Amino acid sequence: MSATATSEAPADAGPVRKPPLVKPAVRKRLVPYWLLLPGILWLLVFFAAPLIYQASTSVQTGSLEEGFKVTWHVQTYWDALTEYYPHFLRSVLYAATATVLCLLLGYPLAYLIAFRAGRWRNLVMILVIAPFFTSFLIRTLAWKTILSDSGPVVGALNSLHILDVTSYLGITEGQRVLATPLAVVCGLTYNFLPFMILPLYTSLERIDPRLHEAAGDLYARPLTTFRRVTFPLSMPGVVAGTLLTFIPAAGDYINAELLGSTDQKMIGNVIQSQFLRVLDYPTAAALSFILMAAILTMVTVYIRKSGTEDLV
Amino acid sequence: MTQLTSGGDVRLDRISKTYGSFTAVHPLDLHIPAGSFFALLGASGCGKTTTLRMIAGLEDPTTGTVQLAGEDITALPPHKRPVNTVFQSYALFPHLDIFENVAFGLRRRGVKSVKKQVEEMLELVQLGDFARRKPQQLSGGQQQRVAVARALINHPRVLLLDEPLGALDLKLRRQMQLELKRIQTEVGITFIHVTHDQEEAMTMADTVAVMNGGRVEQRGAPAELYENPGTTFVANFLGTSNLIEAEITDKSGGDLVLTAAGGRLALPADRCSAPVRTGGKLLVGVRPEKITLAHAEDAGSVPEGRNRITGRIVDSSFIGVSTQYLITTPDCPEITVYEQNIERDARLVPGAEVVLHWNPAHTFGLDAAQDIDAGTELDEEAP
Amino acid sequence: MTALTRWIRRNLVVIAGLGTLAYLILPNVVVLVFSFNKPNGRFNYEWQRFSTDAWTDPCGVADLCGSLSLSLKIAVWATIGATVLGTMISFALARYRFRARPAVNSLIFLPMAMPEVVMAASLATLFLNMGVDFGFWTILIAHIMFCLSFVVTAVKARVMSMDPRLEQAAQDLYASPAQTFLRVTLPIAAPGIAAGALLSFALSFDDFIITNFNAGSTVTFPMFVWGSAQRGTPVQINVIGTAMFAVAVLCVLVGQLAGARRKRS
Repeated sequence: MSATATSEAPADAGPVRKPPLVKPAVRKRLVPYWLLLPGILWLLVFFAAPLIYQASTSVQTGSLEEGFKVTWHVQTYWDALTEYYPHFLRSVLYAATATVLCLLLGYPLAYLIAFRAGRWRNLVMILVIAPFFTSFLIRTLAWKTILSDSGPVVGALNSLHILDVTSYLGITEGQRVLATPLAVVCGLTYNFLPFMILPLYTSLERIDPRLHEAAGDLYARPLTTFRRVTFPLSMPGVVAGTLLTFIPAAGDYINAELLGSTDQKMIGNVIQSQFLRVLDYPTAAALSFILMAAILTMVTVYIRKSGTEDLV
Repeated sequence: MTQLTSGGDVRLDRISKTYGSFTAVHPLDLHIPAGSFFALLGASGCGKTTTLRMIAGLEDPTTGTVQLAGEDITALPPHKRPVNTVFQSYALFPHLDIFENVAFGLRRRGVKSVKKQVEEMLELVQLGDFARRKPQQLSGGQQQRVAVARALINHPRVLLLDEPLGALDLKLRRQMQLELKRIQTEVGITFIHVTHDQEEAMTMADTVAVMNGGRVEQRGAPAELYENPGTTFVANFLGTSNLIEAEITDKSGGDLVLTAAGGRLALPADRCSAPVRTGGKLLVGVRPEKITLAHAEDAGSVPEGRNRITGRIVDSSFIGVSTQYLITTPDCPEITVYEQNIERDARLVPGAEVVLHWNPAHTFGLDAAQDIDAGTELDEEAP
Repeated sequence: MTALTRWIRRNLVVIAGLGTLAYLILPNVVVLVFSFNKPNGRFNYEWQRFSTDAWTDPCGVADLCGSLSLSLKIAVWATIGATVLGTMISFALARYRFRARPAVNSLIFLPMAMPEVVMAASLATLFLNMGVDFGFWTILIAHIMFCLSFVVTAVKARVMSMDPRLEQAAQDLYASPAQTFLRVTLPIAAPGIAAGALLSFALSFDDFIITNFNAGSTVTFPMFVWGSAQRGTPVQINVIGTAMFAVAVLCVLVGQLAGARRKRS
C-alpha cells in the first residue's frame, strides 16, 4: 500500500507524522505517583510519623532536665487511665449527648432547607454557614453572656423552676447554668451543629420529593413516610453528621474551659494541661493515644453497624 | 489502489481489543470507503463503541492497525488524527459558550481568525443567535447541533458519531436523522455512525455492519440486510422475523423444498446462508409484513405456488397503519403477521382459523445450529 | 383553635427548623450587640451602656491587630499549600488506578477522623523532639497538614463527577494533553478547587487547638481571644468578629447576585 501524503488535510492534523517508536506507557504509569508524592509525603511526615513518635513517647520516662528515654514504661498508661478515667467518661458522655442533641436540632433545619424553604433556601443556607466566619472562640464567649447568672435565660429558667429540676438531675448547680454540665453540652452542641446540618442536608437534598408523594399515595401517613422512607434514605447523612460531630466534640477542651468549671473538665483539657503546662509528655502522649484508639474503635464499630462504608 | 486527495476511507486490519480476559472486539477487518455513511449497529456491549474509539484514537487496539486514506494512524494520539467525534450526550464544554465550543478545535490548531468560520458554521446548523449562550441553556436538539458543528468545522476526513441521537425524543430524532443525512451529502465526508437503533441505522446509512459479541455478524446495504439476513441475530435484531425449524426434503431447480409446520415450504437456494444437505435442518425465516392472512373458509382462493401454513389467531392489536396478529400453529412457535389496514376482514378475530401465505421469494434460510432467539431481547437499550 | 393546631402540626418541621436557626444565629447577634457595649470591668459579658468606642478604634488593644494579620497571613499560605498539594492528590485518585490507592485513601481519611487534640499533641511532640523552634513555620506546616484532607475531599468529588468524555472531546479536537488540562480539566474542576480553598482558609483562620500546641509564643487571632478569655475580653474582639461575619455574608450575597445576573443574561 502506498503512503503518499495527502494535501488537503488540516494544517497540524495530517497523519503524515511518524508514530513515536516507544510508547510512553511507563512514564504514564508513574504520573499518579508524581502527583501524590508531595502531598502524601507531607501527611506521612507531619501526620503519620508524629503518631508513631507519640506512641514511643508514651512509653518513655525521664524529666525535662534530663531528657526522656524509651524504657517501655507501660505503667504510664495504667496510671493515666486510673487517674483520668472520669475525664474519659465525661468526654464520651458529653460528646454523645451533644451529638444526639445536634441530630435532634439539626434534622428539622436540614429538612426545612431541603424540602420546605423554597426560594428562601439560599438565604437559610447562608445563615447556617455564615456564623462559621466569626471565630468560634468569640461565639463561644458569647454563650457566657447568654447564660450569665443575671441574664434573661437563667432568669426565665429560674422563674419556671426548671433549674430546680435540672439541679436535682445533676446537670446544673444551684441557680446558675454557667460552670455546669448543661452549659458545656450546650456549647458543644452549638459549636458542632453545622457539621451535622450540612451532611444531613446533602443526603436529604438527593431524595426525590416525589418519593414522599408516592409513599402518601401508598397509604403512608406523614410520620410513617418519614420513618419508612425519608429517614432511611438520609442515613448516609446521619452517619456522616454524627461522626463529624462526635469526633471533634470528644476531643474538645474549649467549651469545657470557657463554659465549665473544674468539675466539667474533659480529656482534652487534661491532655492540653499535661502537655502545655505540666510538661509531662509521656502522660500526655499516653492519654491522647488512648483517646485516639477509643475513638477509632468506636467509629469503626459504628460504621460497620450502620452499614455505610462508602464514607471515605 | 487509487487515492482520493480528500480520501477518508478507513481500513481496519485485524483490529481487536481485550480488557484483561474480556474481549470487547475480536480481530476485525473492515473497509469503509471514502464519502460513505457507514453505521455500526448493535446492542450495548457489542464492541461497536470500542471500535469507534479505536478509530478516534481514544482507545489503543490490542492488535491490528487503523489506516486512514492509506496511512497507518494506529500510533497517533487522538489530537493528531484528522478525525472528529460527536460524542454520546455531546460532551459540550460546560464552561465555554457555544461560540468557544465550536471554535475549540480551530484554536487548538493555531488558526488565528476563527470568527468568520465559526459564524458560518453556526448558521449552517441554524444556531447563529445562540453563540454566546452556555450549553446548559440549549435544548437537547440544539446541543446536538452544536456537537456536530464543533466537529465539522475542523473539516475532518472522517466524522465519528457515537449514539449522537440517543438523548433525543422520538420526533426530534427523526428530524435530526434527516438533517445529519443532509449534512453528510452536502459536505461529502465519511460518516461512521454507532447506534443501537436499527431504524436509525437503516434510515441514514448506506452501509450497515451489524455487530454482536465483538464480531461483525453481517454487513451490507440496509435493504439487503433486512430482506436477506444471514444469521438469526441479524434476522431478529433488524426488525422482526418469524423463524421456523424445517427439514430439507428435496432440491428442485433453484428452489429447496422443505417440510415445516406440517406443510411444505419453498425457499430459493440463493437465499439460504446455511450449508444445504438433504435431510438436514434449517431455520426458515419470513418477515411479518410479507405474510398475507386468509380466513380458513377462503383457503381455496389462495393462489398456487405460495408458501402456506395454517393456524389460529390468538391475539390481534390495532396499531394504526397496520394490525398485528399473533398466530399459533401446531408445530412451530407463534408467528407474527402485520396486515396493512386497507380492507380489513371482519372475520379475522382471535379464535379464527386462518391460512398464512407468502411469496417463496421472501423466504430466507438460516443455519439451524444457531440460537433461534439471538437478538430478540436486545433491541431496546437503556440510554 | 383546631385550625391553629392543624397549622402548627403541618408546619412543625418549619417551626423546629427556625428554632434551630435562631439557636445558631443567637451568639452572632450577641457578638454584634456587645460590640457596642462599654463594659465596666475587664470582661465584656454584661451589658452596661451603648458606645461606639470599639468601632472607632478597632486596633486599640495591644497585639490584637498584629495577631489578626498573622492569622490572615498563615491562612493565605496554608490555603495555597493545601490547595496545590490536595488538588494534585485528588487528580491522582480520581483519574488513575494504582495499587497504593486504598492506603492513600485511608491516609487522607484518618486526619478527618482524628480528634484535633491528638494530632496537635503528636505533631508538637515531633517538633519538640527534633528541636524545631515553634512559631510561624510550625503553625503553617500543621495547618497545611489538616487542611489537605478537606481539599482532597472537595476536589476529588468534583473531578470524579466530571464526564471523562469532555477530556476526550478536547483531545479529539486537537488539544494536546497539556492543553486539555489547562483549557478543559482545570476550568471544570475550578468550583471544587475553590470550595476546597475556601474551606482551608476558614479552617486555618479559625483553628485554635492545633495552633495552641504548635505556636510556641506566637499569637494568632484565635489564641489572642483565648488568652483574653483569661485576662479580660476587650470589646474590639466583638468588633472584629462582627466585621468578619459582615464581610463573609457580603461576599456570599455578591456572589449570589452575580450568579443570578449571569443566569439571566
